[in-house]
Amino acid sequence: MEALLESYLPLVVFIGVALVIGLALLIAPFIVAYKNPDPEKLSAYECGFAPFDDARMKFDIRFYLVAILFIIFDLEVAFLFPWAVSFGDLGWFGFWSMMIFLGVLTIGFVYEWKKGALEWD
Amino acid sequence: MGGFAETYFWPAVTMILTSVVAMLVLLVIIAYLLYADRKVWAAVQLRRGPNVVGPWGLLQSFADLLKFVFKEPIIPSGANKGIFLLAPLISTVLALAAWAVVPLDDGVVIADINVGVLYIFAISSLAVYGIIMGGWASNSKYPFLGALRSAAQMVSYEVSIGFVIICVLLVVGSLNLTDIVLAQAEGIGTAMGLAPSLLDWHWLILLPMFVVFFISALAETNRPPFDLPEAESELVAGYMSEYSSTPYVMFFLGEYVAITLMCALGTILFLGGWLPPLDVAWLNWVPGTVWFVAKTLFLFFLMAMVKAFVPRYRYDQLMRLGWKVFLPLSLAMVVAVAAVVQLTAEG
Repeated sequence: MEALLESYLPLVVFIGVALVIGLALLIAPFIVAYKNPDPEKLSAYECGFAPFDDARMKFDIRFYLVAILFIIFDLEVAFLFPWAVSFGDLGWFGFWSMMIFLGVLTIGFVYEWKKGALEWD
Repeated sequence: MGGFAETYFWPAVTMILTSVVAMLVLLVIIAYLLYADRKVWAAVQLRRGPNVVGPWGLLQSFADLLKFVFKEPIIPSGANKGIFLLAPLISTVLALAAWAVVPLDDGVVIADINVGVLYIFAISSLAVYGIIMGGWASNSKYPFLGALRSAAQMVSYEVSIGFVIICVLLVVGSLNLTDIVLAQAEGIGTAMGLAPSLLDWHWLILLPMFVVFFISALAETNRPPFDLPEAESELVAGYMSEYSSTPYVMFFLGEYVAITLMCALGTILFLGGWLPPLDVAWLNWVPGTVWFVAKTLFLFFLMAMVKAFVPRYRYDQLMRLGWKVFLPLSLAMVVAVAAVVQLTAEG
């Protein structure tokens, strides 16, 4: 087999086996378990009384801010991965280039911090 | 056709058999880790823990599984049925899939790919989808709030874990997990003229990163004291509130598989994987897999103790710790480690 296939095919097979085990677990109770549904049992759980309104309600804007911040920093980490692996060959030029990039991001982070986007009260 | 059978068929059969055996071993180990977790927790609280099913309660996890399989599966009438059932499947499959690249010993690994760390990082990032899909598809308030919290919490700590991994990569210079372990055969100890020992491993030179990694791993896997998504005193069971029967078990299983994966990753990145702690003949004779499992269990034991000792965090404290302490700290450590690596390479 080709080298690429040889190193990645086991991965696909392993995920396949995981999928089979997961599906078997998921389907099993629908086949073997006792079923006796009634409207009360199937209604959304809300501490005993009927649900007031739709559950897809408004939520805090901070969750959105966290998501944005996460995208920025996760992209940064994604840029850092190849840099870190080839760091030995890059020398001081590579070091300072990345420091400038990190510096620009840090300014944005500090701004965000000062604006209070990281406060949860 | 003989050529086809020899080059493709038999290797494929071997691959499938290895995967099935590895998966079953992993699941049995997870079952006993669940039991161990409950036993440790019970011992801290001066209880006995599970001790009825089988000798010393050793079959408790399997009895639990059987019980859940025979429970009535409930799909709420307001739920998006497809996504509702897909969510637990995604959490379990992704958690299990990440184990394919974990090397238990030199060469004992399902898929020895060159981008092992990147693969684990990517797969564990996807775990948040299972939770947010489950919480949204339930169409109920507690799961919705739990899923929101959980998503925000997991992404916050993932950034720190990313920076921690970058630090290790700067020292090692490879994404392959086997290379990362082998790089720890030499380090501070050998530089000082000692025999290879546990002083060479990354936990010593990257000690702050090890601490950040351990705490972030707790938060990333929704483990106490950061189990806010399922804070039972406020959100019933968080994103799992509407689940019953095996879909519930699959979330639970996914969580424990992810926790064990984090322990294994900590072992590889910081505790020298399968390397023996001292260069003594009878320690070298012990198989590497045993060392690997022992170190993973040690980290799991620490996590179980943390669960038993530490009270739950408040959500604002959690986010402050993630964004205002760990993120600046790990970012600064990336800069510091890069500078030190560059300076030592020069001189």
